[in-house]
Amino acid sequence: MKHNIYIYILISGLVSYLIRVLPLTLIRKPIRNVFLKSFLYYVPYATLAVMTFPAIIEATSSPVSGWLALAAGTILSWQNRSLPTVAAACCIVVFIAETFL
Amino acid sequence: MQKENSDALRRGIRDGMPICIGYAAVAFSLGIAMRNAGMNAFQGFLLSMLNMASAGEYAGVQVIMADAAYIEMALVTLIANARYLLMSTALSQRFSEKTAFIHRLIVGYCITDELFGIAVSQKGYLNPFYYYGAMLVAIPGWSFGTALGIIAGNILPAHIVSALSVALYGMFLAIIIPPARTDKVVAASVISGFALSWCAKYIPLLKDLNAGMKTIVLTLIIAGAAAAFFPRKEESDEA
Repeated sequence: MKHNIYIYILISGLVSYLIRVLPLTLIRKPIRNVFLKSFLYYVPYATLAVMTFPAIIEATSSPVSGWLALAAGTILSWQNRSLPTVAAACCIVVFIAETFL
Repeated sequence: MQKENSDALRRGIRDGMPICIGYAAVAFSLGIAMRNAGMNAFQGFLLSMLNMASAGEYAGVQVIMADAAYIEMALVTLIANARYLLMSTALSQRFSEKTAFIHRLIVGYCITDELFGIAVSQKGYLNPFYYYGAMLVAIPGWSFGTALGIIAGNILPAHIVSALSVALYGMFLAIIIPPARTDKVVAASVISGFALSWCAKYIPLLKDLNAGMKTIVLTLIIAGAAAAFFPRKEESDEA
């Protein structure tokens, strides 16, 4: 590794802090620009979707258990189950699949 | 401390407890990813304590694994955490003008999906001490959970590690799927995200990018197109 891990950590921490604290301290009025508002609104969904798939089927020992976890997580989220419930269910599905299949 | 503030602090701790437990479990899975990237428990603890962000940290670990440029770490963190710009903007409207400026500096450190969720569900102006109560339990849950994942990830058998490593993706699904039910554009963004991310492995230029840069490029394309073609109407401010 040619880069220092602590510098990576400091950079990410600093950027995370600035992202959160700048609007909170600088913006006292609501954002009016419709494109910017819309863009910011859609960003998390696009980002998280890109990071979730196909990574979820590559994270497990076998792709089949990853697919099953994706299916279980999608169905439970669709039913508005809480975040810890969905996360735990995905783990249990993979555990069962890899123990018995 | 005034009674009003100590009451708020206590309520914050109470509401933060389930978040603390959930964070510990998810952070454990994040710790496993960090262990695979060659990070030790202290480094993971520090990264989690300074970031308090699942998606942002996960993307950051990919940058560390790729040994990519420092600027890429800044960009990836910015993109993965961009949603906090929105939440921070929303929270800025919740502070009373009488609330001292320092409280904005401290609350800003710990804006997460879940703490934002409980904060905006409070009626009237936000008492910063309510937020501090939730932070008091959520931050240790997240940071120590990460360190524990790095340490215990070594001890646990392979199929348990494999099972825990999907907790993070489960959490991402729990964030993106429910709004996709009611908002067709969000649904289209999620499906495009899945599809393009899959296709990117076969598209020239895109397939040569590392995971963090791929996430940035695809996010800009998808969210940009969604905002350009389907701008959101006013007064639907669910962040």
